[in-house]
Amino acid sequence: MTVRAGIAGVGLLGPGLAGWTASLPALAGTVPYEPAPLVPPVPALLPATERRRTGPSVRLAIAVAAEAVQESGLAPESLDSVFASSNGEAQVIVSILDALHAPDGAISPTQFHNSVHNAAAGYWGIAAGSGRPSVSLGGHDFVFATGLMQAVAQVAVQKAPVLLVVHDVPLPPPLTALRPGEESFAMALVLVPGDGALGGLSVAYRAEATMAEPPLPAGLDALRAGNPAARALPLLGVLAGRQAATLRFALPETAALDVAISP
Amino acid sequence: MTRFRITAVTAASAMGVGLAATRDALRLRRGGLTPCDLPGMPADIWIGRVPEAEAIEPPADLAAFACRNTRLAELALRQDGFSEAVDAARARHGAGRIAVVLGTSTSGIEATERAWAQRGPDGALPAYDFARTHDLHALPRYLRARLGLAGPCVSISTACTSGARSFLDAATLIAAGLADAAVVGGADTLCGLTLHGFASLELLARGGPTRPCAEDRDGISIGEAAAFSLIERAGPEDSGAIGLLGAGASADGHHMSSPHPEGLGALAAIEAALASAGVGPGAIDYVNMHGTGTRANDAMEDRAIARVFGAAVPCSSTKGWTGHTLGASGALEAVISAICVEDGLIPGCLGVERVDASFTSGVVVANGAARVDRVLSNSFGFGGSNCALVIGRLP
Repeated sequence: MTVRAGIAGVGLLGPGLAGWTASLPALAGTVPYEPAPLVPPVPALLPATERRRTGPSVRLAIAVAAEAVQESGLAPESLDSVFASSNGEAQVIVSILDALHAPDGAISPTQFHNSVHNAAAGYWGIAAGSGRPSVSLGGHDFVFATGLMQAVAQVAVQKAPVLLVVHDVPLPPPLTALRPGEESFAMALVLVPGDGALGGLSVAYRAEATMAEPPLPAGLDALRAGNPAARALPLLGVLAGRQAATLRFALPETAALDVAISP
Repeated sequence: MTRFRITAVTAASAMGVGLAATRDALRLRRGGLTPCDLPGMPADIWIGRVPEAEAIEPPADLAAFACRNTRLAELALRQDGFSEAVDAARARHGAGRIAVVLGTSTSGIEATERAWAQRGPDGALPAYDFARTHDLHALPRYLRARLGLAGPCVSISTACTSGARSFLDAATLIAAGLADAAVVGGADTLCGLTLHGFASLELLARGGPTRPCAEDRDGISIGEAAAFSLIERAGPEDSGAIGLLGAGASADGHHMSSPHPEGLGALAAIEAALASAGVGPGAIDYVNMHGTGTRANDAMEDRAIARVFGAAVPCSSTKGWTGHTLGASGALEAVISAICVEDGLIPGCLGVERVDASFTSGVVVANGAARVDRVLSNSFGFGGSNCALVIGRLP
């Protein structure tokens, strides 16, 4: 059973990957990948009071969502969305845990509402002025493939476009010792019924699969190893290289998602 | 939308462990909230604690998952013949065709809170299994392993709509052909983050249990719960059985923690759920409200319900029994909705002397007996997340 969707827009931010168009040569492997520091942009779409309250995870998510939606030409407020993040708002959660264990023990109400896993989706809804449904998924190391599977299924069933946003920032200390990772990474796809301007893809779930991570240009493989959302990189590489390919992405525990991409 | 049979359900909450105890508590109007006796929590609050879960251990081969959330999930799995019903479904469909799609707001974060209290002088945490406790995926991975399932594994965390959303997103996977059945629902457990977090927002009821819809309501009592349902595509032979008839969602796009004051997001989710079920307001026999007991939630929800139903349909919140079980609440209230249909029960809000005089929906505060064919179950959450389910008898 395969489920299909078209690709109408892509958004991307990572170290040395400053947006989708700017990153095409490095993703396609025609120029070497050069890591560079990534500063999550302040979300200009949000009102100033809300803007100040956003952290790096939310800022990355909104930036890639905005880029993908702009490229799709669709109205941001018209799109259902699927957000997926492994670590979510762990930076906020860690500061709350620190506060809870401090002598005065007071935590800030703004921090608490910013700690929910759907904070990025909530801020995106405010930024886009959207009342459309949104879901926020976890997924540990499998967060990209899980989000893609759910978003493609939604496009096929609802017969309407879906914005997929996959975003992760590293866990701060002391949690980072339990789940290492140093890089931030976010990507977004606007998925549509039929074919999109960037082609299409179909997904198939395999309950039992032998796994081999799809190959990546030098440097990008290290980025993938250091951020769960960056497991999307092979798919972005295929889209950038404009050569049809089928990729396999790991899912728990011995399952996989086969993704056939026709750019 | 495609209709789904709800083949089996189970629940463990402060009002009861298992369906029989849950039914009795509803019928006898016996709430499960008690004064908070957990150390280091905000003063003078009541909670919906499930002490039975604290003595439970997961099977030895899954010991790495041990944490409060897993224990509560395991307690629910042992009730009501649920795991046996999943075994039968696995025989029908195959393990790889049954998805596990579960909601949780904080998963096993309580394990991290415990570790935090034992940090070394350098701030380092003692060793514990982060991926199988704190991580959001720990819950569906545990149920998949425990139930021997191999279909798609999805964790949903949309704050207090997580459990309700699991029905909608599992329905999507089945309708797309990626699975034939799904274990849905959710689990959330008491922890310092949520109790102190809601205290910081000044949203907790003090000095007594929560009183949703009451004139003098003063906030939430937090509870914990695990509730699971097995859903499968419904066939003609399922006519009259309990099923998921429709589901709808929306976003407020308004504020991170305050609902839209007129309940526009709630209204959109309710209307989407009715449209998805293909029914009008007149087909709903009872509305199980989100009804958290805060001034703002209950007022906006009353407005949204009144705009769709007027005062014609009885509605109530059952959080007076269980407390607000956060990411599990939609899953728990789906089970309560199924009980209301099966038993012909309309449970009135618990502990309410006078309903807020400004309310114009049909809030009820005493139990009633009636034919209940369809229940609308509302869930709303931080981030402006809204989800409504229609649960009832399959046509």
